Amino acid sequence: MSQYLLSIYQPDGPVPGPEVLEPIMRDLAALNREMQAAGAWVFAAGLHPAESATVLRPRDGEILITDGPFTEGKEHLGGFTVIEAQDLDAALGWARKLAGVTTLPVEVRPFQH
Amino acid sequence: MNGHGHRAGATEADIARVFRNEYGRAVAVLTRTFGNIDIAEDAVQDAFTAAVRHWPSAGVPPSPAGWIITTARRRAIDRLRRESSREDKYAQAAFLSAAPAGNGSAPAADEQLLADQAGIDNVDDDTLRLIFTCCHPALARPAQVALTLRLLGGLTTPEIARAFLVPESTMAQRLVRAKAKIRDAKIPYRVPQGADLPERLKSVLAVVYLIFNEGYSAGPADSPGRTELCWEAIRLGRLLTSLMPDEPEARGLLALMLLIESRRAARFTPDGGLVLLPEQDRQQWDRALAAEGQELVRQCLRRNRPGPYQLQAAINAVHSDAATARGTDWAQILQLYDLLLAVAPGPVVALNRAVAVAELHGPAAGLSEVESLGLDNYYLFHAVRADFLVRLDRAPEAAGAYRRALELAGSAAEHRFLEEKLRSCWLAGAGDCERPDPQVP
Repeated sequence: MSQYLLSIYQPDGPVPGPEVLEPIMRDLAALNREMQAAGAWVFAAGLHPAESATVLRPRDGEILITDGPFTEGKEHLGGFTVIEAQDLDAALGWARKLAGVTTLPVEVRPFQH
Repeated sequence: MNGHGHRAGATEADIARVFRNEYGRAVAVLTRTFGNIDIAEDAVQDAFTAAVRHWPSAGVPPSPAGWIITTARRRAIDRLRRESSREDKYAQAAFLSAAPAGNGSAPAADEQLLADQAGIDNVDDDTLRLIFTCCHPALARPAQVALTLRLLGGLTTPEIARAFLVPESTMAQRLVRAKAKIRDAKIPYRVPQGADLPERLKSVLAVVYLIFNEGYSAGPADSPGRTELCWEAIRLGRLLTSLMPDEPEARGLLALMLLIESRRAARFTPDGGLVLLPEQDRQQWDRALAAEGQELVRQCLRRNRPGPYQLQAAINAVHSDAATARGTDWAQILQLYDLLLAVAPGPVVALNRAVAVAELHGPAAGLSEVESLGLDNYYLFHAVRADFLVRLDRAPEAAGAYRRALELAGSAAEHRFLEEKLRSCWLAGAGDCERPDPQVP
C-alpha cells in the first residue's frame, strides 16, 4: 500500500454562499465516510483562505517572516485528503470522486516512503 | 549475409528480426517478474548481446523468445545477486517470483522447459500490460510516445530523439522522468478492466496513431528514421489487433494505417515533393498493403460497431478502390464523413468532409462549409480553402490563403508544395494585388 496526497485547488475570492456550499460539504462528508469504510482514509482537512497564510524563508542565517501565500496565482491549496491505496489507479479512483464532489481540480501526489 | 557455410548460423538480419519482434515482449515479461522497468530493459539488452555472440555459430534457437526471456532472467538474477546489498528490495522480489534460476550460462538443451518456466505463456498478457502502462493517462503524451517506442519498439533513445527532432538529452530526460513517475506514483502494470477500458484504449490508440502521423509527414527529404515510425506504428497496430481481437477500433486503426501507408511511394516525387491524392500515380500504390487494409475494413463492417478509426479506414478504403481519381465514389465518402462527424464531431473532420462536398456539389458548396470552422491555426484549413478559391477563379484570395498555409506548415515537403501552389496563383494574376499600385504616387 502507498499513501497519496490529494490536494484540492480553490479559486481565490469570495467564498460561495451556503446554497452552493452546503450540498458540497454534505457530499464531501459522505465521501470521507466512504473512504473510511474502505480503509483508504488517512487524514483530511479544509484550510482557511490563502490570505491567512504566513511564509518563512531562511536568508543569510536569519528566518524572514512575510505575509503569504507562498505561490502567486489565482488558485491555492484549499484542502487536502491523505489516502492509502494499492496503486495510482486506485488513488485516481478516489481523486475522481473528490473532484466530482468538490467541483474543483485535485492533484494526486505519492508519498515518498 | 550467411555465406560461411553454417547452415544453422544466424545472420545479422535474423537477429535484428528477432529483436524487433521480441524485444518489447521480453521487456514486458521481465517487468512483471522483477517489478522494475530498468532492470527488465538492462536484462533484455544483455540477452540480445549474448544472442549476437552465440547465434551466428549456434543458429537461431527454435524458440528465440524463450531463449531471450530465459537468458534475460538469468542475467537479471545474476546482476541482482551482485548488487543485492544495494537494491535489496528488487532482489528479493526477483528471487521470489523467478525461483528456478539457472547458473547464469546461456540456455541450450532444455530450451522448451526453460521457456515454459520463463512464463512465456503469459507473454501476450504481459505485453498488453506494458502497453497500457506506457500509455497511462497520468503520463504526458510525449512521454507516452517515447516510452512506447523505447520499451515496446526497442528503439534507442538517440533514435527516438532523431525521429521526433528533439535533442538526445531532452529525450533521455523525458524517458527517465516517465519511468521515475511509473515507479514513484505506482502506475500499475495492469490491463484496465470494465468501465475504464474504453477510455484507456483510446489513449493507447492515440499514441500509436501519433507515432504513425509523425512518420507520415516525413518525406524522402526529411531526416532518416522518421518514415520508419510508420512501420513501427503498424507493427504496434498489428500487435494490438492480435492482443485485443474483439476491439474493432484497434483493427480499424491498423486498417487506416495500412491504407495510408500503401500510398507512400506515390505521395512524393523522387526529389521529395508532395503529390496529392488526385494526382498520384495509382500504379505505385502498394496493392498488398491496401488489400490487407481493405480486408480489415470488411471485418470491421461485419462487426458493425463503428468508431472513428474504422470510419476513417473505410473512407481510405473507398479511395483505394478507385482505379482513377475520377472514379472515386465521393457519394459513399460523404456518407462515411457524415457518420464520422456524428461519432467524432470536430472541425478537422468537417474540413475533410467539405472536400467531399466540393467534389460532389462544387467548390462553392465546399467553401461555404469551411468558412465558419475556426481552424485559423491549421495549415490544411488554409490549403483546402485556397484550393476551393482557385477552382472558383478567385486567385488573389487563394494566394492569401496559401501564404497563410505556408506560415503554418511543418515539413519541408509541405512547404515546397505550398510554394509551388502559391507561384501558380501568381501566374494566374494574383500577384497584381501584391505589388504597390502604380497609380498611387
